[in-house]
Amino acid sequence: MNIAEIQAYGYFAITVFMTVALYAYIYHLYKNRKDADGHDYEEYSNLVLNDDIGDTMVKPISDKKEK
Amino acid sequence: MENRPLEYDYTVAKMFMVTTIVLGIVGMSIGVFIAFELAFPGLNTILGSGLAEYTNFSRLRPLHTDAVAFGFTVSGIFATWFYVGQRVLKVSMAESKFLMFIGKLQFWLYIIGVAAAVVSLFMGYTSSKEYAEFEWPVDIAIVVVWVLWGVSIFGLIGIRREKSLYISIWYYIATFLGVAMLYLFNNMEVPTMLATSAAGESGIGSWFHSVSMYAGTNDALVQWWYGHNAVAFVFTVPIIAMIYYFLPKESGQAIYSYKLSLLSFWGLMFVYLWAGGHHLLFSTVPDWMQTMGSIFSVVLILPSWGSAINMLLTMKGEWQQVAASPLIKFMVLASTFYMFSTLEGPIQAIKSVNAIAHFTDWIVGHVHDGTLGWVGFMIIAALYHMAPRVFKREIYSKKLMATQFWVQTLGIVLYFTSMWIAGITQGMMWRAHDEFGNLAYSFIDTVDVLHPYYALRGTGGLFYLIGFFMFAYNIYKTMSARPVEEHELQNASPMGA
Ligand code: HEM
Repeated sequence: MNIAEIQAYGYFAITVFMTVALYAYIYHLYKNRKDADGHDYEEYSNLVLNDDIGDTMVKPISDKKEK
Repeated sequence: MENRPLEYDYTVAKMFMVTTIVLGIVGMSIGVFIAFELAFPGLNTILGSGLAEYTNFSRLRPLHTDAVAFGFTVSGIFATWFYVGQRVLKVSMAESKFLMFIGKLQFWLYIIGVAAAVVSLFMGYTSSKEYAEFEWPVDIAIVVVWVLWGVSIFGLIGIRREKSLYISIWYYIATFLGVAMLYLFNNMEVPTMLATSAAGESGIGSWFHSVSMYAGTNDALVQWWYGHNAVAFVFTVPIIAMIYYFLPKESGQAIYSYKLSLLSFWGLMFVYLWAGGHHLLFSTVPDWMQTMGSIFSVVLILPSWGSAINMLLTMKGEWQQVAASPLIKFMVLASTFYMFSTLEGPIQAIKSVNAIAHFTDWIVGHVHDGTLGWVGFMIIAALYHMAPRVFKREIYSKKLMATQFWVQTLGIVLYFTSMWIAGITQGMMWRAHDEFGNLAYSFIDTVDVLHPYYALRGTGGLFYLIGFFMFAYNIYKTMSARPVEEHELQNASPMGA
């Protein structure tokens, strides 16, 4: 096998891998709907809608005390 | 002092808002002038032939491109970061003296860098690489500014209250990392003083003038890997960061699909980096690279439209807001132009189309759909949204804003239609030949035919510039408009008649 052939197989393999990875990611997002912490992904839109400094947070960093 | 409630601190955001506007005026004025130079060549020597060195097209062109890209756009990116970053991370810059100091330092070094860049380009010092014309001392200043920005980004993330990073933050981080990588690799250069001539003499060059470390085809490849991804990480990624914040905020609507935003992010990051080859079709780079560039460019439409459609669907059922608010109009048109240029780009990247389009004004038309329509409108909208909140005053005039919108939209339409016709005409004329293969036209024939379109393009640019002056005036007057109460600042920005 020469270098060009290796490149061609490599290129094909990577393309297949990336495609599978992408669709797996889409499937994962829509199947689970929630991330590892149990938050629905769509809740994160609230990061913009409630962005005043005193607004409720989606996922507060707990050890920081509210002033 | 102690009991004052904590507030976001927009000091640095305000500073960069000023440079966005000032450098926008500088860059766009030069742009309009050189557009008319192309239409009316006499303007090249407007100050007499003795000063022609400073007024001709080739001296001023990099000043235009660099001022709008690294002046106007990058300032806009910084201004919005220092606004959006605090808000979605729920932490104030007032809480960290260190970050405040770094922010201000970044601003003043940026000013020094801009001054050095403008003066050196104006005097004719250039490394001759497109969008990377600065000589190495200026490059180093830029790298320092960039590193300081990184400190700001990661510093603010480090002290945040909100644990999750909103999608805009992802895009800002990607901008930071992407530009850092591209800029460093493309600007690897050697001062000519260190070079040795063929005859063996050394030390004859200059200390600040340098040549690229790469040569020939390699140089072209690195250059367009950089050039194309500068489009990605300066004109696309951070602008998406802006629209993901400002459109939902101004309209009060949740993003249509947050999941789609995550998908499009990874899609864009992966695909963009491989598409640069479309700038080098039919050149000396290996054929498979050209094909790869072409294919990835066509695929690129997917993640691009993923973001754009997500934005338009965010307005689903809320189209009355588009009619009612000029601010929302700017953003909806921005995402429409984004869709437009990311449809046009893949088409131009197809080899047979590129054979006609390359080197012609059609490319220039494409560029300005993206920059005037998408980048320009989004930054203008962002500043309009920020102004009432950072100055705590209503926007001075809604009418003026609406007028600006229509004047600038007309300007863009004149710009791209004239450049389409000019470009395709040019491409066809260059290729036309008789049955023996003799070219049908000489170069000057094309110049004659294109003249009216060049004049139209200059006019379109002038409209856009006039609109930009309206914008500057409106923001300036906002600083003295009616003060607003806290509750007026929830979603839709307060505007005076
Ligand atoms: C899917 C997305 C896009 C693709 C596939 C694409 C493709 C292309 C192609 C094929 C060219 C012409 C290369 C040549 O023949 O010289 C080009 C040039 C250019 N495009 Fe795009 N484009 C896209 C989006 C954008 C956007 C959104 C902007 C700006 C906001 C933009 C800015 C530019 C610039 C500045 C150039 C000119 C480079 C030069 O020759 O100086 N593009 N693009």
